[in-house]
Amino acid sequence: MPTLPAEFADLEPFADWAIATERERYAKRLSSTMDELQAFYDSAFPRLEAASSYLDQFDMGAMPDEAKRLLWLYCSLVTVSFPVEVWRQPRVPDSGSTRLDAVAEPVV
Amino acid sequence: MPHFTKPAEGSWTEHFGLGTEPVSYEDSISSAHYELERDAIFRRTWLNVGRVEQLPRVGSYFTRELDAARTSVVVLRDSDGEVRAFHNICRHRGNKLVWNDYPGEETNGTCRQFTCKYHGWRYNLHGECTFVQQESEFFGLEKADHGLVPVRADVWEGFIFVNLDGADTTPLREYLGEIGEGLVGYPFHKMTQVHRYRAEVRSNWKLFIDAFTEFYHAPVLHAKQAVAEESRKLQGIGYEALAYGVDGPHGMVSSWGGMSPPKDLSMVKPIERVLHSGLFGPWDAPDIGIDELPPGLNPARHPSWGMDSFLFFPNFMVLIWKTNWVLTYHYWPTSYNTHIFEGTCYFVPPRTALERLAQELAVVTFKEYGLQDSNTLEATQTMLESRAVTEFPLNDQEILLRLLHRTAHQYVNEYRQQTATPVRVSAAS
Repeated sequence: MPTLPAEFADLEPFADWAIATERERYAKRLSSTMDELQAFYDSAFPRLEAASSYLDQFDMGAMPDEAKRLLWLYCSLVTVSFPVEVWRQPRVPDSGSTRLDAVAEPVV
Repeated sequence: MPHFTKPAEGSWTEHFGLGTEPVSYEDSISSAHYELERDAIFRRTWLNVGRVEQLPRVGSYFTRELDAARTSVVVLRDSDGEVRAFHNICRHRGNKLVWNDYPGEETNGTCRQFTCKYHGWRYNLHGECTFVQQESEFFGLEKADHGLVPVRADVWEGFIFVNLDGADTTPLREYLGEIGEGLVGYPFHKMTQVHRYRAEVRSNWKLFIDAFTEFYHAPVLHAKQAVAEESRKLQGIGYEALAYGVDGPHGMVSSWGGMSPPKDLSMVKPIERVLHSGLFGPWDAPDIGIDELPPGLNPARHPSWGMDSFLFFPNFMVLIWKTNWVLTYHYWPTSYNTHIFEGTCYFVPPRTALERLAQELAVVTFKEYGLQDSNTLEATQTMLESRAVTEFPLNDQEILLRLLHRTAHQYVNEYRQQTATPVRVSAAS
């Protein structure tokens, strides 16, 4: 069953990146391989502008569920952009076992 | 060759008379000194514990674990709409009054009254004891004499502060001084989109403030965060501030604008080019309804201005960015070499998904930098504790570090004089 808007069916293989919280998005980044992060980035990044145009038709406070999931998926793209564009590894270099966890964030 | 003018004395440090000699970090590696700081600083100054938006209605409350100040407080909005704070302790036998599941964890919610989990004593939103279980079993007990113990609370520009010192009568606004006064009128209340982060950091609390009150480290520690060519350029140039300010225990540094937006899109990462955002926040500033910045912001009125960082002693920092968003830092000590760091990003609520994603990129970038910063602190703390080196040179960009450590020492020294505590700690600068 599709979980993203029909216009973004091509991103359906990456629908597991439609994650509602930053803490879980970051956890998925850390538990992924660079190949997995790169594959997600390579598919989602070219569609970023199309996705934001699509999402702009909705009021931020009244997004249908599939639009919310698309937005969360793109929040995940933001999270994986660092390993893909700069770090070349899932974890922030020199961050050791340090954690900086989200304790409050917007619902959408 | 400096790009920005320094004061006539030749340096900001000399201008503010903070001394130029090397400093000791003994104040950050001694548990005896930390014990003094708890009483001399954290039980004697105004501490920011939150914002009024966290108390949206009558009965809204949150708790704050103030380990450094040896207490927990409950902060609430009473039935008259006023913000109040109380020590979070039941008057019967000392149980913590407000907590869920884990006594040491902070909590929040809305209620009409507080009921102690232990024996069911109740208190209203003014802290008055309203119910004692089997009251007739007690001996001449007056409920009126058994209200919650109040803590002085006050609000500045929507930020809620508490002061545990019953003898200190300095009003909050006076305490925050000229630095606070210079920000009055800034529309913090419009920035209600909140992302808050928390970390347990293995360093003295002052070391993280040190890291965030100088930008000397930025081109080096965070070199890999920029594209390679830009990073080399930044490191070659180094950093310079537009201006510094000091008033009493508080200080500020005013900084140039950098990448918001960058002069050339090739200077930034691909996702930043599309989302128009990055470390300096979203490039496109939302309307916040003011024509002119309050006088305390961009005090040099420099056209290259990008953001100002304010340190309100002891442990509260406010960063205000040119593109109309705010970041706050809090550092809550838990021992001489550990503390809890909180970083909170405040934005005007996004109108579009693109704005939401631009904010997400700013927040996540803050996190990536913060992870590098906080991990470096553990490396600093452990080596300071080796005492292999005991004096450290600070440059002019590290002026607010001198201010912080000097001020912390002053509070401790005053406290020792007043209480004649026999513990001896070597003085820094």
